[in-house]
Amino acid sequence: MKIVVNGETRDVKSSDLSALIVELDFSPEFVATAVNETFVRAKERRICRLSEGDKVEILTPRQGG
Amino acid sequence: MNDPLRLYDVELGSRLLVGTAQYPSPAILAEALAASRAEIVTVSLRREAGGGRAGQSFWGLIRSLGMRVLPNTAGCRTVKEAVTTAQMARELFGTNWIKLEVIGDEDLLAPDVFGLVEAARILCDEGFAVFPYTTDDLKVAEKLLDAGCKVLMPWGAPIGSGRGLNNVFALRAMRARFPDTPLVIDAGIGAPSQAAQAFELGYDAVLLNTAIARAGDPVAMAKAFAAACEAGRAAFLAQPIEPRDMAAPSTPVIGQAFS
Repeated sequence: MKIVVNGETRDVKSSDLSALIVELDFSPEFVATAVNETFVRAKERRICRLSEGDKVEILTPRQGG
Repeated sequence: MNDPLRLYDVELGSRLLVGTAQYPSPAILAEALAASRAEIVTVSLRREAGGGRAGQSFWGLIRSLGMRVLPNTAGCRTVKEAVTTAQMARELFGTNWIKLEVIGDEDLLAPDVFGLVEAARILCDEGFAVFPYTTDDLKVAEKLLDAGCKVLMPWGAPIGSGRGLNNVFALRAMRARFPDTPLVIDAGIGAPSQAAQAFELGYDAVLLNTAIARAGDPVAMAKAFAAACEAGRAAFLAQPIEPRDMAAPSTPVIGQAFS
């Protein structure tokens, strides 16, 4: 299935957000997630089903001003 | 605590809030933060490639310093982006504090004040403690307070410009209009004298990043800003004299010889 992760089109096997995080080698406890610009809580990632063309953001802490 | 700063029911000893970006290295960042004596640092959320651990490592460093974090929504250009980013930040950083930026102009990184007020209302209703990056416009300030903000952060000058307080008249009017609201100068400060000026005008705190991080010696500059903030605040409390147009002799006139 093709989805967009952090602005990049990816072909992925995972059908839910929790699995996607593991598939792409992120540390689940150090990321925050959104699908199609809507926040998805960590505890809801497992029930967040992904569909073709979804836009997923997986963000981590970073320096800021 | 002597003369504490109170932001959303948190008492702080330092009136300098600093950013964590653009430092030459994590070691200099850590040393500069310590030298600034700041208790609040700003952080952000960004994309990272899968397998990368930069974010994790940065967060580990910040946590080891034991400082309170103020996540930002830097770069967000719509209400939706800002609200979603704030929600993500709350979960990841474990704080309901959010420095709310909704950017409206690319060249000046000026706030989109219409989007800012709308996003502030949504986030305040969701229980966030919103620190809005705003202009010195009084009506916008009033609307932000109506939305539930308990702190206002007007810009001194465009982000990263180092131009100091561009509109002292407007900032003075804002201070006078909202005497009981904590006011933080956010953005535009380039030199310690400009930070001191903000305090002398009665501002409660300053937030800056580039002025320290991009200085030739960030650690020494952090120390200079800490001293300037304390001096400016002390000067405000000591009630500076009013400027006047004509000279007034300081040496006594009575007893003047040859008169």
